[in-house]
Amino acid sequence: MHLDLNTIWFILVGVLLTGYAVLDGFDLGVGALHLFTNKDEERRVMLNSIGPVWDGNEVWLVTGGGALFAAFPNVYATAFSGFYLALMLLLAALIFRAVAIEFRSKRPERWWRQMWDVSFSIGSIVSSLLIGTALGNLAWGVPVDANGEFAGTFLGLLTPYPLLVGVTTLALFMMHGAIYGVMKTEGELHAKLRVWAMRCIIFFVICAVTLTMATLLYVPHLAARVRENPWLFSVALANMLAIANIPREFHHGNDGKAFLSSCATMVTLMALFALNIFPNLIYSLPHPENSLTIYNAASSPKTLGIMLVIAGIGVPVVIAYTVCIYWIFRGKVKLDRMSY
Amino acid sequence: MDVLILSRIQFGATIAFHYIYPPLSIGLGILLVLMEGLWLKTGNPLYHQMARFWTKVFALTFAIGVATGIVMEFEFGTNWATYSRFVGDVFGSALAAEGIFAFFLESGFLAVLLFGWDKVGRKLHFFSTCMVALGAHFSAVWIIVANSWMQTPAGYHIVGQGMHARAEITDFWQLVFNPSSMDRLCHAVTAAWCTGAFLVVSVSAWYLLKGKHVEFARKSLKVGLTVALTASLLQAVTGHRSAQGVAKNQPAKLAAFEGLYETTSNAPLVMAGWVDEKNEKVVGLALPGMLSFLAHNDFHAPVTGLKEFKPEDRPPVSASFWFFHGMVGIGFALIGIAALGFLYFHKGTLHERRWLLWLLVFSVLGPQFANQLGWFAAEVGRQPWLVYGVMRTPEGLSAVVKANAVLASLILFTLIYFLLFSVFLYLLNDKIQHGPDDADLIPAGKLALPAKN
Repeated sequence: MHLDLNTIWFILVGVLLTGYAVLDGFDLGVGALHLFTNKDEERRVMLNSIGPVWDGNEVWLVTGGGALFAAFPNVYATAFSGFYLALMLLLAALIFRAVAIEFRSKRPERWWRQMWDVSFSIGSIVSSLLIGTALGNLAWGVPVDANGEFAGTFLGLLTPYPLLVGVTTLALFMMHGAIYGVMKTEGELHAKLRVWAMRCIIFFVICAVTLTMATLLYVPHLAARVRENPWLFSVALANMLAIANIPREFHHGNDGKAFLSSCATMVTLMALFALNIFPNLIYSLPHPENSLTIYNAASSPKTLGIMLVIAGIGVPVVIAYTVCIYWIFRGKVKLDRMSY
Repeated sequence: MDVLILSRIQFGATIAFHYIYPPLSIGLGILLVLMEGLWLKTGNPLYHQMARFWTKVFALTFAIGVATGIVMEFEFGTNWATYSRFVGDVFGSALAAEGIFAFFLESGFLAVLLFGWDKVGRKLHFFSTCMVALGAHFSAVWIIVANSWMQTPAGYHIVGQGMHARAEITDFWQLVFNPSSMDRLCHAVTAAWCTGAFLVVSVSAWYLLKGKHVEFARKSLKVGLTVALTASLLQAVTGHRSAQGVAKNQPAKLAAFEGLYETTSNAPLVMAGWVDEKNEKVVGLALPGMLSFLAHNDFHAPVTGLKEFKPEDRPPVSASFWFFHGMVGIGFALIGIAALGFLYFHKGTLHERRWLLWLLVFSVLGPQFANQLGWFAAEVGRQPWLVYGVMRTPEGLSAVVKANAVLASLILFTLIYFLLFSVFLYLLNDKIQHGPDDADLIPAGKLALPAKN
């Protein structure tokens, strides 16, 4: 694999979206679990466990989208206009989720809090499902015409395989969020989250196994890629080891390590996905020759170079202060006057 | 309705709603830096209380700003895919830079600003407040660079033919410092300061009228009025520079702003009136020669009229005229209001003049309307171009998106945004009625420790 600018940007967009999955994944997961408790204080603790960081986590998606726009404008244009209604639903879900976090605890009335709790949770679940389904469609392949435009329909995006990826993504985020919750809480809620986390792990493992079988059986171009490049098995193996390590660490009470394993699961899954589709960004089915690749969909080398300088300056700084901020808010959540 | 009209309505409506919030975040951001800075400098706990109170309002505006901002980033791809393909190489870079340099900074340090009061020391907290304000300003920089490139494209060339033609960067710094970007940036940022300052002024004036939180209100007014007066004066300066840029770079837009059809030397500036589009003239009161002077620093310089442009290359005249004149009118009114408030505040007789306090209460709407009208004037005046002189608006549409899909999303956003706006007003009112917390007079946690030098 020759490391040209296009490949570097393929990796960088991948890094941004993986960062999004790892970070926003846990707060979407916490959101999906939000309604599992009906005690106001426990819901507040759940919200405040992600309170200071969810906003910054979502920026990974915004920046990933911006990077896609800048580096591969044709992919951005085809995918965003092609997935029009799905993205509008995603936007609605993300809006409700974001404002619900801010609005919820501003009034004491029960109906008020219930309304925003439901918005927060449904918004989180719908966002996770839609993000996963979109990814599933990219893996399965979408109809693209000779002009590089999407040639399918909204309902055509809701086929079993992409939906399975959607459900798996939800399961993954719920597991990730539950383990994060376990790390951030104490007392009764902590005990509850332990039980939920275990169930989420089981839910995710079932999904992951089903998805793996479905991929090998029904997605020939992905299976062929693995056959031609046996070394890809090592990534798949790393992924399986990461998954297997989650319940192990969790069982021993090493919640932090379980969380790291969950992060590693996401990273290896994204790596597998990326290595399987490379150099395509949108695989065209049934006309693979219309696929949008990192070459025919990219910006000019000059722009990719400029953007690399911008990323080279910006990303290390972002990572440095993000780590500091997570450090400031480390430890168990305590409700205080400033809490949600 | 066809997909073009629907997409334009949707983009216009979602950005108009979004644009209520970022100016508040930018303006309040600066005020928070001032308030917290004054607290650190003077040690007066009232400033600490102010910073805490306005931080809560800031959090509310910020949350809605973020939520509605993601919509904007997506809409380029969803509704204007052909435009995105055409400009991605240039325009996309500015958006990506906004994400990396602005949004991360803003949202990261917001955590410390909102939730770090009791967790970090004074200096680190102040630093975080500064970073949030800086991030908000950076985001203005990049988005206005991107938008200004659409007004006055520079630093690019067109590569390819027909369907495959697109703009590619030739010089990044020419793109960033394109002919209109810095003037428009200064104008928009000072407008944002105005927006934040008049909110603080309005709420404080209301407290004085009601005789509540009087000391808090006085201190807030002092800071608010100072910023409001400074920013509204800067508005006039930056606006003038911006208009001179329009005269030079987008003459059809300036002609539409003033309803000027014939190229005229000694061109008049319309003070009040309307455009009679049928007879191609302006009816109303005008100062002869002023437009020539303002546009070109010379009473006798000719100003290009709309007739120099083919009818299909002219922006909508009446709309541009109204938006522009509305903005300018409000801008000058705000200078007057801020100056009166400032004058009587320093004479110490402001609290006796209830009419002026009421005027200050309602002045919060001024910058909001001026922001919207100014933005409308800028964008409607750019028509019929999407990228000025390069790509027409209908050419940028997504090829595959159908009218009924856009209608569905337009209805969806209309409902959501009405709900959001009602909740926003309700919660804002709630916070204002509740007023500053007395507990905030005493800093807690690490903040209570004096700053180490």
